[in-house]
Amino acid sequence: MRPSIDLRGRGHAAYWAFLIHRLSGVALALFLPLHFWALGQAIQGPQALGGFLDWASQPLVKAAETGLVLLLALHLTGGLRVLALEAGAAGAMARATILAGVAVGLTIGLMFLLGVFA
Amino acid sequence: MAEEMLEVSVWRGAAEGRFVAYAVPRRANQTVLDLVSHIQQRLEPGLSYRFACRVGMCGSCAMTVNGKPRWTCRTHVARVAGADGRVEIAPLRNMPVIKDLACDLAPFFDKWSRARGRFAPTQTRTDDFAPVAPASIQRQAADAGIECIGCAVCYSACDVVAWNPDYLGPAALNRAWTLHNDARDGAHTARLAAVAGDAGCHACHSHQSCTEHCPKQISPTLSIAGLKRASALAALKGEI
Repeated sequence: MRPSIDLRGRGHAAYWAFLIHRLSGVALALFLPLHFWALGQAIQGPQALGGFLDWASQPLVKAAETGLVLLLALHLTGGLRVLALEAGAAGAMARATILAGVAVGLTIGLMFLLGVFA
Repeated sequence: MAEEMLEVSVWRGAAEGRFVAYAVPRRANQTVLDLVSHIQQRLEPGLSYRFACRVGMCGSCAMTVNGKPRWTCRTHVARVAGADGRVEIAPLRNMPVIKDLACDLAPFFDKWSRARGRFAPTQTRTDDFAPVAPASIQRQAADAGIECIGCAVCYSACDVVAWNPDYLGPAALNRAWTLHNDARDGAHTARLAAVAGDAGCHACHSHQSCTEHCPKQISPTLSIAGLKRASALAALKGEI
């Protein structure tokens, strides 16, 4: 049988861009309920929210936050590229544009990482 | 000196089948189509495959070479065979395999028809020529996609076709876009309605595999983006 999934024709930059955009989007969607739950703690009173904020200030949670910002940044730059492409900008299809988007996303993530532990 | 040999794995069978390895002598400037022809003429007369022009004009010899859809006539072995001298040749994807390397392209061309890929004339032979300025935006948009020869390489590369067998696919949509930009054509609105459905242009995920593999360097991705804009605008205006 021929393999149903053959990665050899999918190794190009735009496919990677699609994967990054899709996977970051799914991960962010999974995070959203947690985010709303955390915001909901404010309704429970200052103690509940304060307790959560104390928990969230642990180094490990801060590090996880960096991952979240990275996902957001990558999803943002990927989304801007798709918007430009759908608006008819041929340059949005170029590998250089894709790499630039990923680089900007990574830079934002790195800046956040440096910021949270400053 | 012993002849350098290539190990060429060729798909034998239809949907069910297996790769069979053949030893083919390596030659200078050899194309992948040369390998297939050598096997059919010297080693396995029952091998089925399709080709016609051998010079990249007819679009009938496309196959999956080392996992990527390509014209076999315009692909040199030197570009695809590694140092180990292995080449894997399979039929195109996303279409029924008739036998060995020959696919049934009927579903592919049926979709051109569903996407209204026919020119709808608005004038008769007694009318004067329609003036189309070469520098006009429409003419340039049509130019960008008009060299398609219908080889189905893009269709074979497209994941969305694999996910949704009803999806019109890159070639049919690219054709629709070139006609949408043809000032002489009289079916623009009907064509936009035909390509705006669930299995039409809006299903494209912009993977760009069609653009990546197109042997004519056409970008169906960009054509489909054009159809998305045009059909969205037509829907806003209440035309479709």
